[in-house]
Amino acid sequence: VCVWGQAEPLNSNGQNSLLEEEEEEEEEGEDLFTGSLSVPLVLSLSRSLSLSLSLSLSLFPSVSLSLSLSLSLSLKATEEVSLDSPERDVLLSDGPSPVTPPASLISPHLPHNHLYTHCSFDEMEEEDTPDLFDISILVSDPEKTSMSLFKSPQATVRRRFSDFLGLHGKLATRYLHVGYLVPPAPEKSIVGMTKVKVGKDDSSSNEFVEKRRAALERYLMRTAKHPVLLKDPDLLTFLECSELPRALSTQALSGAGILRMVNKAADAVNKMTIKMTESDTWFEEKQQKFENLDIQLRKLHCSLDSLVCHRKELSVNTALFAKSAAMLGNSEDHTALSRALSQLAEVEEKVEQLHQDQAGADFYLLAELLADYIRLIGSVKGVFDQRVRLWQRLQDSLLLLQKKRDAEAKLHANKPEKLQQARDDIRELEGKVQQGERDFEQISKTIRKELFRFEKERVTDFKEVIIKYLESLVQTQQQLIKYWEAFLPEAKAIS
Amino acid sequence: GRGGRDGMNGSEVWMGLGFGRDMSWTPRAVNVDLQTDATLQVDISDALSERDKVKFTVHTKSTLPNFKQNEFSVVRQHEEFIWLHDSFVENEDYAGYIIPPAPPRPDFDASREKLQKLGEGEGSMTKEEFTKMKQELEAEYLAIFKKTVAMHEVFLCRVAAHPVLKKDLNFHVFLEYNQDLSVRGKNKKEKLEDFFKNVVKSADGVLVAGVKDVDDFFEHEKTFLLEYHNRVKDASLKSDKMIRSHKNAADDINRISSSLYTLGTQDSTDVCKFFLKVSELLEKTRKIEARVAADEDLKLADLLKYYLRESQAAKDLLYRRGRALVDYENANKALDKARSKNKDVLQAETGQQLCCHKFEKISESAKQELVDFKTRRVAAFRKNLVELAELELKHAKGHLQLLQSCLGILKGDT
Repeated sequence: VCVWGQAEPLNSNGQNSLLEEEEEEEEEGEDLFTGSLSVPLVLSLSRSLSLSLSLSLSLFPSVSLSLSLSLSLSLKATEEVSLDSPERDVLLSDGPSPVTPPASLISPHLPHNHLYTHCSFDEMEEEDTPDLFDISILVSDPEKTSMSLFKSPQATVRRRFSDFLGLHGKLATRYLHVGYLVPPAPEKSIVGMTKVKVGKDDSSSNEFVEKRRAALERYLMRTAKHPVLLKDPDLLTFLECSELPRALSTQALSGAGILRMVNKAADAVNKMTIKMTESDTWFEEKQQKFENLDIQLRKLHCSLDSLVCHRKELSVNTALFAKSAAMLGNSEDHTALSRALSQLAEVEEKVEQLHQDQAGADFYLLAELLADYIRLIGSVKGVFDQRVRLWQRLQDSLLLLQKKRDAEAKLHANKPEKLQQARDDIRELEGKVQQGERDFEQISKTIRKELFRFEKERVTDFKEVIIKYLESLVQTQQQLIKYWEAFLPEAKAIS
Repeated sequence: GRGGRDGMNGSEVWMGLGFGRDMSWTPRAVNVDLQTDATLQVDISDALSERDKVKFTVHTKSTLPNFKQNEFSVVRQHEEFIWLHDSFVENEDYAGYIIPPAPPRPDFDASREKLQKLGEGEGSMTKEEFTKMKQELEAEYLAIFKKTVAMHEVFLCRVAAHPVLKKDLNFHVFLEYNQDLSVRGKNKKEKLEDFFKNVVKSADGVLVAGVKDVDDFFEHEKTFLLEYHNRVKDASLKSDKMIRSHKNAADDINRISSSLYTLGTQDSTDVCKFFLKVSELLEKTRKIEARVAADEDLKLADLLKYYLRESQAAKDLLYRRGRALVDYENANKALDKARSKNKDVLQAETGQQLCCHKFEKISESAKQELVDFKTRRVAAFRKNLVELAELELKHAKGHLQLLQSCLGILKGDT
């Protein structure tokens, strides 16, 4: 997937829908640090079960003031939070079953493998990203076999950020609760978006756009790599249709948004009370493994963040030193030494650029990969939770069935009408129990398959990225050698 | 090097590090390029770091007749070096020379603090991490230690190489007298006096600097030194910051290496090999990065710091000459006045002659000193810049090789 980003400022003669969106966004913007930050905070805090605190934060503007004081801090909050998968709250809404049951989408004669082993990927999608920005998708599909899924080999469409979120919402609702790992979408970032909206044309807002663009590209690639999700009609519409209906339910303060928040709170409380007797050690093992992996990835991500930060600092300080050395060279009255010092200043300037580029590689290659995987693991945990929930439901049904059976046994002699009613109820419940058992087995099977695929993908992803990263390090060193080799004779020329 | 003294406990054991001559690193020509003179050779052959002071063993080899032996050693502390330096500064006879700048006080506070923090946080990290960090801190401590030894040695060598200062009596006492010089550090009153003296001096310096010099050479030197001194100061600060960032980045790589190692041991898939290999690689490259930062520190930052101090000493010389010039001009005026009034003429004449003599003496030696300063400076920069470039290249090549071999292994695996 190649995604290119293009930021266009709002023009006043936008269409009605644009204006509408702008207004709504504006509202969001005004409630900048109150309303919208509550969503992300809920996500992270719910994990630690301090729910009431998080909800109140959204309602008390005074508290949010402290958050607004350090933009970087709140950005961190949203960043940090994005590591949690929003998948889990979607599961709560107990979404409708997929339009077409997943089983039917898996047609064995379609060779899925072609779809994702191609390293440049069959679909080359180019997308541009955020709200209020024009985005374009370029889809090119050289594989003839999958032509049947796409109307044309290439398509370019414009999408907003909220469209991505909408797509993700639909996919998640449809597939997560039956155990498929739906890749999580990039998080909303109020702070970043505000900077961009305000029209600041500085490096930080450019960086933000680039970051988001790259994140959306990775998101779409990952989603499209999934054999089941690829055939989803909504995804296809997303990739091909020129006009998409606005996804309104993705906004933080919309009805759906608030419902999500409340459900998430309920879910977290619920989770504490469900204790599943795991009959399958495979699941227990895997859960533990993912727990550990999560912890380690987070730690690594933290160190990487620190490295990126320090490298950027190093770049800045090198630039400052370069200037200083140039000044020193200027005031030096010995000509050869003066020249050498100027050369040193030049070398350091080039080195500064190297550090900057390396920091970029650190970030875009490694740190973002880790962040993606941390969010994906959130997804994994989501499906595990869903399985537990299904199990709970099954147990509840079983319990109810037992009670009804007991009641029926007692009724046996006395009242025939009630007996019939009871028998009907029991039959219904038995059906439900059977369905529940089937669902549970199905989800367990699906999860196993998904995890297997996930691990495979993880291995390939990490290997690929690590190699790319090392190659970037190699390049840096090669450049360094070039620069210092050029400088050495200058230094030796000082007489 | 020789081992530490006993009587140390726990975390202080390693602070009693000895430092022997057999190290391949020679402190002598770090920042200055000096001609070694067979008649008097001075070096610091050993040094010991104790709780809050450093003891330097000053070793002298000399053929001069005024010493009792041809080769001897004494133990000196930092305060005694300062005493020697100050005695030069206060000596009127040396007004026309650039007094070699005093070595900076040994400062292990930062390092000590870090070690303490490490000790406190021992529980929160794994044993490997703790050992690694401890090793790093020890290396850092050793580096600071080596530097302070170098600074002190350079000072002595500069004195020994100076045609006039090497004959100074105090210097000989410093080198030979094997008892404690009983040079106590300045008490509060004296420090306050010093402070006021400095204030007066800088105010006076401004006045004196304002006087335009007839001599082109000195006028040029004045402007040059002023600007140069400020720019060296700036460059020194910026280079320090840059090197510190470099060290921070290297520390991060350390942590990443540990995390990758844990990931590698935990992972059961194919990718665990990758993690372990990269962890190992990062461990090695971190060491290289740390070395690069240390070498930059030694060859660049220290060079700039030294010339910051030397350019200050040169400025001080110009000030003294300027002062003498003002005094001379005032004496001339006094003489004219005395002659016009025909009162105390002889007194005025002697005064004027004294000032004239003093001024001319300073001017003569100052010229030579400033020329020598330039020569030394150019030679030192050349040496250090060349060595810096060579070291950067050496490290980059080593780094590259490590990366390429690791890549080769990993690519072959997939």
